[in-house]
Amino acid sequence: MSEVVQPASLALAVSRPKTSPFDWRRAVPLLLAAPLLIYMLVFYALPVVAMLLRSVNDPTWTLSHYATLLDDVVFQKTFWITINTSVTVTLGCLILGYPVAMGLVRAKSMAPFILVVILLPFWTSVLVRSYAWMVLLGRHGLVNEALLALGMIDRPIRILNTPLATQIAMIHILLPYMILPIANALRQIDPSLIRAASGLGSTPFMTFRQVILPLSMSGVAAGTLLTFVLALGFYITPAMVGGPRDITLSMLIAQQVDQLNWAYAATLSAVLLATALAILAVARKLPGVGNAFRTSMR
Amino acid sequence: MTGMGTNGAGSGPVSGRGASVTLSNLEKTYDRANAAKAVDGVSLDIRSGEFLTMLGPSGSGKTTTLMMIAGFETPTAGDIAIDGKSVVAMPPYRRNIGMVFQNYALFPHLTVEENVGFPLKQRGVPKAERAKLVAEALELVHLPGYGARYPRQLSGGQQQRVAVARAVVFRPRLLLMDEPLGALDKQLRENLQLEMRRLHADLGITFIYVTHDQEEALTMSDRIAVMNDGKVAQVGSPEDLYDRPDNRFVAGFIGESNFLPAVVRGMEDNIVIAECEGALIRALCPGRPASGEKVTLTTRPERLRFADGVWAGTPPQNRLSVTVTEAVFAGERCRYMLQAGDGTSIVLKEPSSATIRRRAVGERAEIAWSVADTILV
Amino acid sequence: MMLGRILPASIVGLILFFLAFPIVVVAIVSFSSATYLTFPPPAFGLRWYEAYFSNPDWLKPTWVSLWVAAAVVVLATFLGTLAALGIARLPKGLRIVAASLILSPLIVPGIVVAIGIYYAYARYGLVGTPIAMVLAHTCLAVPFVVTSVTASLSGIDPRLEQAALSLGATPGATFFQVTLPLIQPGVLVGALFAFITSFDELIVALFISGTGAVTLPRRMWDDLRFQIDPTIAAVSTLTIVLTAALMGAAHLLRKRAERNRTAISSAAA
Repeated sequence: MSEVVQPASLALAVSRPKTSPFDWRRAVPLLLAAPLLIYMLVFYALPVVAMLLRSVNDPTWTLSHYATLLDDVVFQKTFWITINTSVTVTLGCLILGYPVAMGLVRAKSMAPFILVVILLPFWTSVLVRSYAWMVLLGRHGLVNEALLALGMIDRPIRILNTPLATQIAMIHILLPYMILPIANALRQIDPSLIRAASGLGSTPFMTFRQVILPLSMSGVAAGTLLTFVLALGFYITPAMVGGPRDITLSMLIAQQVDQLNWAYAATLSAVLLATALAILAVARKLPGVGNAFRTSMR
Repeated sequence: MTGMGTNGAGSGPVSGRGASVTLSNLEKTYDRANAAKAVDGVSLDIRSGEFLTMLGPSGSGKTTTLMMIAGFETPTAGDIAIDGKSVVAMPPYRRNIGMVFQNYALFPHLTVEENVGFPLKQRGVPKAERAKLVAEALELVHLPGYGARYPRQLSGGQQQRVAVARAVVFRPRLLLMDEPLGALDKQLRENLQLEMRRLHADLGITFIYVTHDQEEALTMSDRIAVMNDGKVAQVGSPEDLYDRPDNRFVAGFIGESNFLPAVVRGMEDNIVIAECEGALIRALCPGRPASGEKVTLTTRPERLRFADGVWAGTPPQNRLSVTVTEAVFAGERCRYMLQAGDGTSIVLKEPSSATIRRRAVGERAEIAWSVADTILV
Repeated sequence: MMLGRILPASIVGLILFFLAFPIVVVAIVSFSSATYLTFPPPAFGLRWYEAYFSNPDWLKPTWVSLWVAAAVVVLATFLGTLAALGIARLPKGLRIVAASLILSPLIVPGIVVAIGIYYAYARYGLVGTPIAMVLAHTCLAVPFVVTSVTASLSGIDPRLEQAALSLGATPGATFFQVTLPLIQPGVLVGALFAFITSFDELIVALFISGTGAVTLPRRMWDDLRFQIDPTIAAVSTLTIVLTAALMGAAHLLRKRAERNRTAISSAAA
C-alpha cells in the first residue's frame, strides 16, 4: 500500500517550494481596496445591519414583529400606497420617456439641446425639484391660475398635497432614469436594420413595432426596473407635495423613528429593502437586463 | 554616451553593439484548466546584431515568446539568457530592452518629445542632454520638429516612427517589435519595411521582430524562425526557408507550394527517386527513406514550366503530364490549375508575355521543373 | 406625411417642456419683487438674493454644506480611487463581493441608510456634528467615484503600462507617470459627483445634522414646513446654477477623455 501512495506524496513535496513563498504583489489589490471596504463596513453597512437586527432581537430573539405585519392595517395600506405609487410613476415615466428617448437618438443638430433639457433637472436636487412643484401646484400656483384663465375651473382646485401631486413630481424626478437606458438601447440598434425593414416594404409603424421596439426592450426593462426600485424608496417628494394621509413606507419608517419605535421601524425597513432587492434579483435574471442595467448605472 | 545609466543586461560576454539572446526549452502554460501550452519547448540562438523574425499564424506562440523576452510573462519552464546571463528573474524595467508595440502604445497625455524622453527621464539623464538625445532620435526616424505635438495629432505612420524613436533613444542593445506595421496600409508598410532595415543597419543592434506577414518576414530578416503550435517549425535565412523547407507546415505557410504524393523507388547520392502519377520524379532529400515508403514532394508554382516552352539552359529533369483545369490571367503572370493523373492538383505560375502562348482549359500538356526545386518533406 | 413627422416632434417637445419648465419657474420666481409667491411676478428685482446673502440663518448652513462637501470630496476621492485601482485586479469572487458592498448605497432606499446611520451614530454621540455628516456622506458619494475611476481604468490600454515598464520605469514610476495621469479625468469626474452628492443630500441630514450641523438642504426643508418664501427660490436657483456648472464640467471632462482615446485608436487603425 505504501508504495502506491508514495508517488502522490512525492509530487506534493516537489510542488511545495513553488507555492510556499508568499507573494506580496498578489496582496496589493486587496490592500488598496481594504481601507474603503473597512470604512464602508464601519460607517455604513454595520450601522444599517445593527438597525435591521432590532426587527428580530427586540426585546429578545423573535419573529413576532414580522408576524404582526400580517394583520397590521396601517402597514398594509402604506405598503399598497407605496407599490401603487411606484407602478403609476413607472408607467408614467415609460409612456413619457420612450418618445423622448427616440427623439434624443433621432435628433441630429437638436440632440445636444435635448440632452441638456433632460440632464438639467437630472442634476438638480430632489428637494429643489419638489419645491418647484409646490410652487406650480399650490392653491395660487401657476397651474391653478392657468386653468382659471382658460375657464376650465371656477375656483382653485386642490392639487398640492394630493396623491396626484406626488405622482406628477415623482414622474418629473425619475423620468431621466427611464430615458437614458432606453436611449442607450436605441443607439445600439444598427441603422441599416431600419433601412432594411423599410426597403422590404415595412411601413414606419410596422418597422417600429417589429424592429425598433423588440430591439430596445433591454433598455425598457432596465429603465423600468431602475425607476421602480428608486420610486419604492421615495421619501422627500411625497412628504413635501403628497397628501397628509397618503403616506408611503419611507414616511411611515421616519415617523416610527421619531417615536423611537425602533423595532417597528427596523421591521418596515427590512420589508422595504427586501422588496427592492427581490425585484432586482428577479429582473437581473432576465436576458439582457443585467447588462443594460450595469451600463446605465455608470 | 555619458549619463546613460547602467546597462542592466550588458555585463555578460559582450560582442558588438547588439545583444545575443538564447532561449532554451522555453515553455509557457497559462494557469487555466486544461490549457494547452502557449509556448512548448522553444530553443533559439539569436546572434549579436541579427535581425531575427518570429513568423507564424495567430496562436503560434510568437507573441508570448516575445512577451517572455521582454519580461511581461514569466516562463513556466526553460531559460532566457541575454549575453549569456539569465534574465528570467529580472523585472522588465531592468532588462534594458527597447520595445515597439503593436498599436505603438504612445502615452496620449505626453507630447512626442516627452514620449521619446520618457526612458531617459527614468534613467536620470539630465534635461539638457535629454533634449539633445531626443532630437537625435527624432532625426533618426525622420520626424525632426514634431516634438511639441501630441500623439493624436500624428498619422499612424508618424506614430509608428515615434514609437521606434522612443524604443531606441536609450541605446538598448536589443529591440523587440510586436507586429509594428500591422495597422498600416500596404504602401506605407512597404516604405517602413525598408526604413526598418536601414535602421537596423545604422544601429547595429539585435532586432527581434514578430509578424504573421510572410512577405514582411522575407523582405526584412536575416533569419526567420517559423512558429507553429508553440514550437519552432524551422529556423533559417529567407532563402533557406523558401527553397528548402524542412516540413510541410513551413512549405505551406511561406509562399505557395504544390504537394505531390509519391512512393520512393530508389536513391542516387542525396537525391531520391519517387514515383508520382506514373512518372519518376527526382527530389532533394537529406535522409534515406526506404524503398516503397509513401512520401510527399513539394515544389513552388513559379518554378514549374510547360515543357514545350523555351529553356535557357539544359532542360529540367522532372516531367509530368497534366490537364489544364483553370486558367487565370493576373497581370504580371498567368496562373494555371492543372490536374495530373487521378486527381493531384498542381498550381503553375508563368510570367505573362506576348510571346508565350496561353493555355486553354481542357488542354493536355507536359510540365517540367528542376530537381533542385523539388524537396521531400 | 408631414403630420406624421410634426406630431411626434410636438409630443417630444411637450414632454421636454414638462421636464424643463418647473426649474425655469423657480429661477423666474427668485427674481420676483413681490413679498409673496406669485407667478408671473409683478416686477423683477434681487430682493430675495439680498435676503439670502444678508441672513446668517441662511449663510451658516451654506458654509456647513460647502465644508462638509469639500471634506467628502477629499475622503471619498482618496478612498474610492485607491479601491477602484485594487478592485480591478481582485480575483472575480472577491471583486463581486467588494463591488456589491461599495455600490449598494445606490440601491438601498435612502430612508433605510439614513435611519441605520442615525441609529449607530447616535450611540457614539456623533449626531449633530459636521464630522458625522462627512462620515455618512462619504459612504453615499463613494459609489460615484469608484464607478467613474473604474470606467476610466478599463479604458486604459494595458500595453501603455507595459510600454512604460519596458522603457525602464519602475512599477511606482509607471503608476505616477502613466496610470494616474490617464485616469485623472475619471478621478475628477468622480470628485465632482461626490461634491454634488453631499451638497444636495437631505435624508441623512434630516436625521443626523441635529442642531449643530444644519446643512443648506436641511435649512430649506425646515423653512418649507412653515412658509413658501421666495428666498428658497433664490437659494434653489443658486444651487441649480452651481450643480449645473459642476455637472456640465464633469460631462465635458468625460467627453474629452473619450475623444482623446478614440483619436489615438482611430489613427492607429
